[in-house]
Amino acid sequence: MITENLVGEIYLVCGALLFVLGVHALVVRPHLLVKVLAVNIMGSGVFMVLLTAASGPDLIDPVPHALVITGIVVAVCASAVALALMLKVRAATGQARLPSEAPED
Amino acid sequence: MSPWQAGLLLAFDLTLVLTLLGVAWQLLRGVNLFRSVVLFIAFGLLLSLAWVRLQAPDVALAEAAIGAGVTGALLLVALGRLRRMASGRHGGEGS
Amino acid sequence: MSRPRLSHVLTSLLAGALGVALVLILLELPAHSGLAEPVTEAMDRSGVGHEVTAVLLNFRGYDTFLELAVLLLAVWVAWSLGRQDPVPARSVRGPVLRGTLRHLVPVAVLTGGYLVWVGASTTGGAFQGGAVLGAAGVMLVLARPRSLPRVPRLGLRFVVALGVLVFLASGVGGLLGGHGFMGYHPDWAYALIVAVELAAAVSIGLGLVLLFLGGRVQGDDDDH
Repeated sequence: MITENLVGEIYLVCGALLFVLGVHALVVRPHLLVKVLAVNIMGSGVFMVLLTAASGPDLIDPVPHALVITGIVVAVCASAVALALMLKVRAATGQARLPSEAPED
Repeated sequence: MSPWQAGLLLAFDLTLVLTLLGVAWQLLRGVNLFRSVVLFIAFGLLLSLAWVRLQAPDVALAEAAIGAGVTGALLLVALGRLRRMASGRHGGEGS
Repeated sequence: MSRPRLSHVLTSLLAGALGVALVLILLELPAHSGLAEPVTEAMDRSGVGHEVTAVLLNFRGYDTFLELAVLLLAVWVAWSLGRQDPVPARSVRGPVLRGTLRHLVPVAVLTGGYLVWVGASTTGGAFQGGAVLGAAGVMLVLARPRSLPRVPRLGLRFVVALGVLVFLASGVGGLLGGHGFMGYHPDWAYALIVAVELAAAVSIGLGLVLLFLGGRVQGDDDDH
């Protein structure tokens, strides 16, 4: 079953790359909305690795599935709180960016 | 499963993964925020397709409804509020 | 201009290194059987026929309980940050949207209820059903952003907390019945799980709508 392993490896690599893309954007992009998106993409990469590890060739492990469903709801709650805080930052400082010497794009 | 079908599924997986990475890269460039949000919703829907391929239909259902739908609505309403603040029609923040 | 560019290059290099390391580690994952076999063995005691639902609401009920608490906490934080800002959308005139909603909302409620009920035996469950209910609520809010229904504030708070309360009550009931905290009597497991799922779905749906509104709802004035 070389194909089965290959499919798993494709999704593992994709999960790792999504996580790295998220980390990079989280550090580089100054806008807070993009940072929220980046954290969500990082989470999606982690979910992908978890689900790929769960889908064996014969038996499917339901525990990571339950973990990921819980994780999706928690990610939405965290995003909602982060967006509310972003609006507060925008109202307080006049811009939706971190008040540091962030590199301009 | 015949080798022909396996090859077709492999091609589908490769296309899906490359699309996911490309969409993620584009939306994280953050040139245009509205475009990023719309691409994020598309990313969530593609992701639920990937969950189906990973034999996790429960997660696919949750992702399509929550990850793409509700998160997309949250992001769009936050973007709308940001824009209204920027246009200055909304002076006093209600708090 | 050279310093930002240097930091960009450095960040990209570090991210690339992280990516290579992650890929190398993940490709060396040891073969493992996971928890599929213990779950399959315990399925006849769980009260439901679907593995994921059994894990979510029986074997690892504690996680799901805390997840509902996280949703409650998020609503709490959003309300602590201030009064609700009006939703930046114009109310749509004309009969098309209202007519569509009149047909779509009952269908969405039916779909949500079906997803919760069918979660006991096959794909579906409280979170998916709750998300469908929440999406219907968000659409209702978007269609009439200026005239939201005035809900009594105590009722609103009670319904958002309903999932946590019912889950906690069933958990404490298991503790008193000698099955441990969050444990069920095998004969009552199905009824308890469906009751907890229904309450959780309603709470999740309402919680998502409240997070979408973002802030204390109008008519919910403590300080005036």
